[in-house]
Amino acid sequence: MTANPWVRPYVLTGGRTRTRRHLYVHTLVSVDRYDTAAALRLSPEARRLYERVSSGTQSVAELSAHCGVSLGVTRVLLEDLAAADCVQVNDDAYASPYDHRLLKRVIDGLRELA
Amino acid sequence: MAFASSPDRVPPSITSAKIVVAGGFGVGKTTLVGAVSEIPPVNTEAWMTQAGKSVDPLHGADEKTTTTVAMDFGRITLARDLILYLFGTPGQPRFWPMWDDLCRGASAAVVLVDTRRLEVSFPAVNYFENDSDVPFVVAVNLFDGRQTHPLDQVREALGLADAVPLVTVDARDRRSATLTLLAGLNNTLDKTLPVTAY
Repeated sequence: MTANPWVRPYVLTGGRTRTRRHLYVHTLVSVDRYDTAAALRLSPEARRLYERVSSGTQSVAELSAHCGVSLGVTRVLLEDLAAADCVQVNDDAYASPYDHRLLKRVIDGLRELA
Repeated sequence: MAFASSPDRVPPSITSAKIVVAGGFGVGKTTLVGAVSEIPPVNTEAWMTQAGKSVDPLHGADEKTTTTVAMDFGRITLARDLILYLFGTPGQPRFWPMWDDLCRGASAAVVLVDTRRLEVSFPAVNYFENDSDVPFVVAVNLFDGRQTHPLDQVREALGLADAVPLVTVDARDRRSATLTLLAGLNNTLDKTLPVTAY
């Protein structure tokens, strides 16, 4: 599934394996306005991610899976894209995954499906 | 505010939550995720180098850069502004560094067990008892729709504390799988304070 079998994954990120802010696998990423000129300046992998995000808000894991870019590399490239204002990383609306307001919303939503 | 200038382009602020589905190989994790997900379970991979300095004596150093970890995940859109993601953990113990990554930020965990092979889920139970703060429930997957062992025997065999909820599930069934996710979330409600500093 790796995009380019001839390049070891972190060559694409200049050897960086960590991001400054933590991007969870379920953190949502979106594109405000797709910039064609900016896309042309990106590496093929970053461009694929950028194009994919522009099709709709989705999670880091979905982007990794659909673009065939491994999770760690996806995180680093998304951070670069966010720093360049190409993509927006959705801030968590709740400070904790255990926030009862969040839990109750998810419970209510699931109950409707059950 | 960005909304004012381009009302059609800016998506509303969407929130995501995550539940982790753990358990040994072949206990039905992917089946459960697939039963409730609105998309077919997606498979992505991460490189073990990402996971850090895992020492695998069976393999040479070069192996680490080429080993990938596959994980399944699914998605349930609960509202226009709320998406729930389900992540199945990679089963093998050597992928454990990946578990920490998957569990970070999770609202609940479900450990699936198969009573015919309880032992394959021991490591997952151990992990959530000792190595993770994510509140968890244990769900017995009824493979033939039949319960072969009373739950108190399963609890004893797993050495499970009374405080950990133990439920049954038919992982193939959407409603049953959904109820199990609800058991996980209700357990987190019980085990945490209304607003937890994180």
